[in-house]
Amino acid sequence: MRKFIKRFYLVIILLFLYIPIIVMIAQSFNAGKSRAVWEGFSFRWYAELFADSAIINALSVTLTIALLSAVISTILGTLAAIGIHAMKKRPQAMMMTITNIPMTMPDIVTGISLMLLFMFAKVGRGYWTMLLAHITFDTPYVILSVLPKLRQMNSHSYEAALDLGATPRYGLTHVILPQIMPGVITGCLLAFTLSLDDFTVSYFTTSPLIQNLSTLIYSKARIGIEPTLNALSALMFAVLLLLLVVVNYRAAKVEKAQQGQ
Amino acid sequence: MIEETHLIDLENISKEYDGTTVLANMNLYIRKREFVTLLGPSGCGKTTTLRIIGGFEYPSTGRVLFESKDITNTPPYRRRVNTVFQKYALFPHLNVYDNIAFGLKLKKLPKKEIEEKVNAMLELVNLKGYGKRGVDALSGGQQQRIAIARALVNEPEVLLLDEPLGALDLKLRKEMQLELKNMQQRLGITFIYVTHDQEEALTMSDTIVVMKDGRIQQIGDPKKIYDEPKNAFVANFIGESNILEGVMKKDELVNFAGHDFVCVDYDFEKDEPVDVVIRPEDILLVGEDAGQLIGTVKSVLFKGVHYEMMIDDGQFTWKVHSTAMQPQGSRVGLSIIPFNIHIMHKPAPIPEKEAEK
Amino acid sequence: MNQIGSMPSWAIWAVLAFFILVMAGIIFIRSKRGKDNLHRGTTAFASPYTLWMIIFTVLPCLLIGYYAFTDSTGTFTLQNFAHFWDSNYAKNELYMQYGPEAAALIRRGTVNVDTLTYSLWMALLCTIICLILAYPTAMIMADRELKMSSAIVVLFVVPMWMNFLLRTIAWMSILEDQGLINQLLSALGMPKAQLMYNNNAVLLGMVYNFLPFMVFPIYTVLGKMDYKLHEAAQDLGANSFQTFIRVTAPLSLPGVISGITMVFMPSVTTFFIPRILGGGNTMMFGDLIESKFLTEGDWNVGSALSLIMMVLILISLGILRKADPEGEGGGLM
Repeated sequence: MRKFIKRFYLVIILLFLYIPIIVMIAQSFNAGKSRAVWEGFSFRWYAELFADSAIINALSVTLTIALLSAVISTILGTLAAIGIHAMKKRPQAMMMTITNIPMTMPDIVTGISLMLLFMFAKVGRGYWTMLLAHITFDTPYVILSVLPKLRQMNSHSYEAALDLGATPRYGLTHVILPQIMPGVITGCLLAFTLSLDDFTVSYFTTSPLIQNLSTLIYSKARIGIEPTLNALSALMFAVLLLLLVVVNYRAAKVEKAQQGQ
Repeated sequence: MIEETHLIDLENISKEYDGTTVLANMNLYIRKREFVTLLGPSGCGKTTTLRIIGGFEYPSTGRVLFESKDITNTPPYRRRVNTVFQKYALFPHLNVYDNIAFGLKLKKLPKKEIEEKVNAMLELVNLKGYGKRGVDALSGGQQQRIAIARALVNEPEVLLLDEPLGALDLKLRKEMQLELKNMQQRLGITFIYVTHDQEEALTMSDTIVVMKDGRIQQIGDPKKIYDEPKNAFVANFIGESNILEGVMKKDELVNFAGHDFVCVDYDFEKDEPVDVVIRPEDILLVGEDAGQLIGTVKSVLFKGVHYEMMIDDGQFTWKVHSTAMQPQGSRVGLSIIPFNIHIMHKPAPIPEKEAEK
Repeated sequence: MNQIGSMPSWAIWAVLAFFILVMAGIIFIRSKRGKDNLHRGTTAFASPYTLWMIIFTVLPCLLIGYYAFTDSTGTFTLQNFAHFWDSNYAKNELYMQYGPEAAALIRRGTVNVDTLTYSLWMALLCTIICLILAYPTAMIMADRELKMSSAIVVLFVVPMWMNFLLRTIAWMSILEDQGLINQLLSALGMPKAQLMYNNNAVLLGMVYNFLPFMVFPIYTVLGKMDYKLHEAAQDLGANSFQTFIRVTAPLSLPGVISGITMVFMPSVTTFFIPRILGGGNTMMFGDLIESKFLTEGDWNVGSALSLIMMVLILISLGILRKADPEGEGGGLM
C-alpha cells in the first residue's frame, strides 16, 4: 500500500510536468486553429510549417547559434579550465569568481548588460551579437563540467607524459584531453541545450529582424500562437527523444558487450 | 659497480615557494650506477629535489648538471631521466601495452622494435600476457610494476622513484624492495629513490641522503648512517634511539644520566654540552650489581624477534631491546660498552620559530 | 535618448583597446615572471577566456554601474536610487506626462518597492511550494525499495527539452475561459472559473517551470547517501520518522540549499511567465526592469534597479552559502 501511494505520487507529479506537453502535441494535430475546440485529426500544421519562412528562419538561427556557441564555448572553456587548473590558489580563486558572475547573475541582467555593451560600442544588435552573448553564458558551464575531470585526474599524468618524452602539445592532446573528454562532451551538450532554450538573453541581444525560436514565440504570444509552432516543437521533441533512445540503446549494448567479455 | 664519475651534480640549489624555503642551498652529487635514497620526514624537500632533477620544478637559484652539462632549464622531455611517480600516474585511457609503449612511440621506433621491447619489459616485471588489459583493472602491485616498466623501457640513464612503494601493503613492499634492488644491479641504471621509510632506505641504498627542513643532514652509506649518526635528528630518524643530554668531560670521557662513561670520541671542547645517542639493542642487561646504571622495568612488549622494555633508572627511561625478557617490576643493571656510545655536537642554534617544530 | 551619442566613437574604441592592452600586458608580465614549475606555462591557456570575460562580463557590469550612478547627461547622481524608494515617483511621472487621470489609474504593482516586495513574495511562495512537492518526489526516486531505474531522472529532464515559452503558453489553453478545465467544468454543469490572469496562474507557471531544478539537487544528494546510515540509525533505536528528522533531513541539506538557489533566483527575475499567465495584471521585478529599458528607455533607473536586484541576490546567496559552507549540493549534472 505504501509503495502504491509513493508510485501514485510520482505519477501525479510527472503528469503535472507532462500535461502541457500533451496538450501542445494534441493541438499540433488539430485540424482547426482554435486552441480549445477539437476539429479533427490532421497533419495540416506540419505541412504549413515548412512553408512558413519566419519559422524556418528562426529555426536555422536557433540551431546554428546553438551549434556555433557550443563549439566555440567548448574550445574556449576547455582551454580555460586547463589553464585555471594549473594556476596557483589566489589567481585560481579570482578566475572562479569571474566564472561565477554570469552564473549567479539573473538572465535578465546578463541580457541587459550585454545590450548596454553593444550599444556602447555601437555594434548593431543581430545574429553576431546574439552569438557572442550565447558564448558568454555558455562558457562558464563548460568550465564547470571540465574542471572536476581535471581534478579527478592523477596530478602527475601530464608530468609523466613529458617525462616519457612527450612535448607539452602532445601531452595535452594525447594525455590530458582523452582523460577529460567526458567532461568536455558534457559541457558541450550542456552549452548546446542552454543556447537552444535561451530566451531572456537572446531577447535583449538581438534585433527584431533576427529572431530565434524563443523570441519568435514571445513576439507571437500575445496575438496567439499558431499551431505550426506547436508542430515544430513536437517534431524537435520527437527527434530529441529518438536520439536519447538510440544513445541509451547503444550504451546498453556496449555495456552488455563488455560484460560478456 | 658504482663508477666514480659524477652523473648528476646539484650545485647550490635553493627553492622557494610563495616565500617559504623548501630547499636551502643544497649540494649533492650522484655517481653512475649508484642507488641513492633521499630520506626524511614529509616536508623535508626530498620530493622537490627529485622533481628538480626530473625537470618538473625549476630551482629558484643554483644549477643542475648532467654529465657536467647544465640542464637546469632543459624540459623533462629532453632529459635522459625517467620517473616512477607516486601513485604511478598510469594513463587510464591506454591499456598496459600502450602505457609502456608511450615513450617508444614518441621516439618513432619501428613497430616491431617497440613490440619486442615492450614484451621484454613485461617479462622483466613478471606481467607477461597483460598487455591488452586496462590499467584500472590491475592491483596496486601490478600497476606499480607497469609504472616501472613504462619508465625503464626508455633505457634512461637515471630512474627517479618517488615513494613508489608507499601504496602497497607491508608484505608486497618487502618483496618489491628486493626486486627493485635486483633490477637496479642487473640493469646498471642509477636510481634516485625518495622515501620516508628508514627501513626501506637501509635495505636498498648504496648511499642515503638524510634531509630535514630543506637541508641535508647527513650523506653516507646505510651502515655509516646507522652506526655513526651525525646528529640527534638522524639518530632518531634512522632506527630507534635513546637520546640524552650529556657533557663531555675530556677526550673519551662523557657524563650523562648522572654517571661518567668511557667512550671513543674526542676532539670536543672541555665541558661541551653534547647529545648522546645509544641504540636500544646496544644496552646490555646485567645483574643488579654488575651494571653501570640500575633501573626498574616499567613495561615489556613482545616484538617478535626481541622484547622491548622500558627501564627507569630514576633520571631517564631507557628503551632497551633484548631477546631475554625481564619481568615487569624487576630491578636490573644496565651496561653500555664505550664503542656503542655515540656523541654528537649540539646542532647550531636555529631561530626559535623553526625550533618549535 | 542615447546619452553616449555625443561621445565620439573613436573614444569608445579607445577605451576598449586600452582594456585589451592592459590585459595583454598583465598576461605577458605574468608569463615572464619566474616560472617556478612546469605547469605555470599552461596557465596562459586561460588568457583568451580571461580576455573574453573582461569584455563580455566585467565591462558590461561596469556599464550597469555607470548608468546607475549617472543621470541622462552623464553626471554623477544618486537620484536613480532615490526614485526606487520614492513610491510616488511613478505616479508623479505619469501625472506630469498624462495628467491626473492617468495617475489615478495606477493601482498597485507599478510602484518600484511594491513590485520588489511582490516579486520576492511570489518567489518565496514558489520556492516553498517547489520544496514541498520536490522533497517527497526526490525521496521516492531515491527509494531503494521501489527499485526505480535511473531512467526516472530522464523523465524529469525530457519536458525541459521543449521550449519553455511554448510549455507555458500551453497552460493558457488549459486555464483560459474556453480552456480545457472550464470545458470540463461546464460539461459537468458547474459554473466557469476565472483561472487565468491572476496571482495563482503566475504561481502555477513558476512552479511548473522551476520544479525540476528543486528535484535534481535533492535527488542527487539523497541518491548518494550511504544506505547504511539508515540501518545504523535504526539499529540505534530510531524509528523511521526519527531517522528522517535526525539523519536524512540534515544530510540532504546541501541539496535543498542548492535547490532553493536554483528556484528562487530565476523566480524573482522571471518576466515571461507573469506576462503570459498574469496577463499584465501583475508586474514582477523582471518586468519592471525590462520595461524601464525597452519601453521607457530609461537606462539610468533601469540600471539602478538591476543593481539593487544583483545586491539582493548576492546577499541571499551569501546567506545560503553560510548554511552550506562546502557547497556540496549537487547541481543539475
